[in-house]
Amino acid sequence: MSMARAATTSDAFNAIAEPRRREILDVLRGCELPVAEIVERVGLTQPQVSKHLRVLREVGVVDARGDGRRRLYCVNSEALRPVHDWVEPYERMWSERFARLDGVLDDLGSEGDE
Amino acid sequence: MTSRRTATVTLPSDDQILITRVFDAPRELVYRAFTTPELVKRWWGGERGEVTLAEIDLRVGGRWRYVMVAASGGSEVGFHGVYREIVENERIVSTEVYEGFPDGEAVNTMTLETTLGGTLLSVLVQHSCKEHRDMHVNSGMEAGMQEAMDRLEHVAISLG
Repeated sequence: MSMARAATTSDAFNAIAEPRRREILDVLRGCELPVAEIVERVGLTQPQVSKHLRVLREVGVVDARGDGRRRLYCVNSEALRPVHDWVEPYERMWSERFARLDGVLDDLGSEGDE
Repeated sequence: MTSRRTATVTLPSDDQILITRVFDAPRELVYRAFTTPELVKRWWGGERGEVTLAEIDLRVGGRWRYVMVAASGGSEVGFHGVYREIVENERIVSTEVYEGFPDGEAVNTMTLETTLGGTLLSVLVQHSCKEHRDMHVNSGMEAGMQEAMDRLEHVAISLG
């Protein structure tokens, strides 16, 4: 794995860099929705939402399937893994700090009991 | 997804990092652990090193500075900043500069909220641009790789 992430225009990092696209992902978290429902929840026009969905689908972050006459969209969390992998070591550093902080807080708490 | 025992890091926007964690302790104690030099020294280095200096001038306009000696290699890294806003037991806004990269000043907003059975800590790190934010997150990866090297070294020694 390279230290700095690749600066291409077509990876998950760039796809989710746009705040509205992150909003769409939040709306889609844990549920499949048709485009009309996404439009309603994020308050954009249908063409705007469709454009964002296209970018998200191109990098595989969002999947779509046909359901009768409509299409349902959902998040493909596996495609977001590179973002998670990038943040994970930083998260671990904080977890280690906080594990020690737990020890300090335990000591402070028992001081108070005395 | 949120565990009590691990930090949760999210990237709310291009130039921000948000760190959250719930502690089994009242707000006052978490605040004390964050603002008392002798206590900061005990936890802030985590597994990465020993905090050899913690200076905290806890007033608006006052400075803070921490120095850590890296567990591996013994190199010194310093961080400092200025307090901008202080609400006791609730909120501290301060600047933070990693002395290895003085251009990348961030603004940290630490908030403490009482939740069911504990205290929710949030630290919002606001960078001036995406590049600096990304470098900051990458520093974790560098540390992570260093830890991996250290572990590898332990394994190598135990095999030797």
